[in-house]
Amino acid sequence: MSQPESAVADAQAGGRAQESLAALAERYGLRRAIARPSLPAYLRQLWQRRHFIVTYATSKTVSNYSQSALGQLWQVLTPLLNAAVYWLIFGVILAQSKSIHNYPAFLITGVMVFTFTQRTVTGGAKSISSNLSLIRALHFPRATLPLAYAIQELQVLGWSMAVLIVLVLGTGEPISWLWLLIPVALVFQFVFNLGASLFMARVGAFVRDVSQLLPFILRTWLYASGVFYMITERTKGLPSALRWALEFNPAAAYIEFMRDLLIYQRFPERWAWVTCIFWAVFAAIGGFWYFWRAEERYGRG
Amino acid sequence: MADVMQEPLSEELSNMTVGTPTVIVDDLHIVYKVYGASAKKGNAANALSRLVRRQGRPEMKEVHAVRGVSFVANHGEAIGIIGRNGSGKSTLLRAIAGLLPAHKGAVYTNGQPSLLGVNAALMKELTGERNIVLGCYAMGMSPTETREKYDEIVDFSGIGDFIQFPMSTYSSGMGARLRFAISSAKTHDVLLIDEALATGDREFKKKSKDRIMQMRESAGTVFLVAHNLDVIEETCNRVIWLHKGKIKMEGDPQEVLGAYNRV
Repeated sequence: MSQPESAVADAQAGGRAQESLAALAERYGLRRAIARPSLPAYLRQLWQRRHFIVTYATSKTVSNYSQSALGQLWQVLTPLLNAAVYWLIFGVILAQSKSIHNYPAFLITGVMVFTFTQRTVTGGAKSISSNLSLIRALHFPRATLPLAYAIQELQVLGWSMAVLIVLVLGTGEPISWLWLLIPVALVFQFVFNLGASLFMARVGAFVRDVSQLLPFILRTWLYASGVFYMITERTKGLPSALRWALEFNPAAAYIEFMRDLLIYQRFPERWAWVTCIFWAVFAAIGGFWYFWRAEERYGRG
Repeated sequence: MADVMQEPLSEELSNMTVGTPTVIVDDLHIVYKVYGASAKKGNAANALSRLVRRQGRPEMKEVHAVRGVSFVANHGEAIGIIGRNGSGKSTLLRAIAGLLPAHKGAVYTNGQPSLLGVNAALMKELTGERNIVLGCYAMGMSPTETREKYDEIVDFSGIGDFIQFPMSTYSSGMGARLRFAISSAKTHDVLLIDEALATGDREFKKKSKDRIMQMRESAGTVFLVAHNLDVIEETCNRVIWLHKGKIKMEGDPQEVLGAYNRV
């Protein structure tokens, strides 16, 4: 160190103990401040923060709606309006509905299920980049933020599902024992969403342009997921690999699974179970691992 | 109050070699990048021409905020950090807290230093009550601890019935009081305070000073950044004067503050 201004500090530190500061630190067992915890330790820390995750999610919902006159009623109105718009365009104007049994229910189920994934992924992508001040001020496992956004969407989903079930009943579908499997389907989808949003959280934290690009990607995904049409019907006469790819798409799988339960009253086929579980496990493990690998770099530089 | 405290402080200062170190900063350099610092107009055509000319992000500037700072902080010390705006005080605190990576050199700490900065977790649309719970959880307190501390936080903040109103209705002083009350509810090994005491009335300032002394006594180390030099003089036993990212002077508060005031 050549700066004369630091000489005071040097003299102070050097005169205090005739050893380098690094050696002094080691003697007293002091560690460098920045380090990424091991994966099990990280999971433990996350578990300790569970109260923060839930409180943060609820508070954000309250805070978001506090400015609007109708307040939390929007949690019900938004899915209703969404369903109405899509029904108007695809059910009435473009008249898709002829070949599909109970098209309104078919469409609304698709829209609601897809919206759940779409909103969670969008939330995840901005969870780190829009909370930089929080990240720069406090220590906590950063995965709490995408998790809190996912929990927030889960709370929104509760209302969407209530709206969905009322609408499906309104279109004349009977209540079935299979509806007891709806929570199972939602758990699969939620776990998948969680993984996808953790993945997008890291991408969104380091590639800032993602937030501009994401709406287009998600809209493409929406059109590829058989929300408005039946994949089997549309891919007739096309190579079977295309149909397979479209049906293996996680969003399509979760949508079809839900339609089986809600509309067709049939137990989902085995491949549907396999696809849904595969995507949940794959996304959760992959997304979590990918997010954790950059833990010490969020909010830096 | 200042007179009462000067005595034990100077005594402690002379005994400083006895205390065990809690924070060691070793030739620390911090460099961070700033985006969008360009003088050019930031329109789409410029952005496109940059892309074409393969210039990446030319608006990016590097700021060398801390340039080779070294010191040792011990148990039971309260260290004031002074300096002009942009002298690297807040950056140094963030680096000690482990929130900014060192470009060169290192920060060694015992346990986890925490920045007294719970405000980022609070939401102004929510009531004070809700924010207390949220803030406590954000600092990693358990629900039981939060319930135990709740009344103490309300009392300490001294904002009375306003606790049931959204924080957006608070005056800036009230907000600062609540934030300080929340963040000081948790016991920290090493506490870093950045300008938290700038606002608030006289009585609250006294209360917060007492709180800082209390934290020092519970064998922690406190770092305090403030432009209000009275606060530093009355609470700290050592002062570091930063100038352009380097330590210009360090030592007894009266000496350093005296020199600082003469500039």
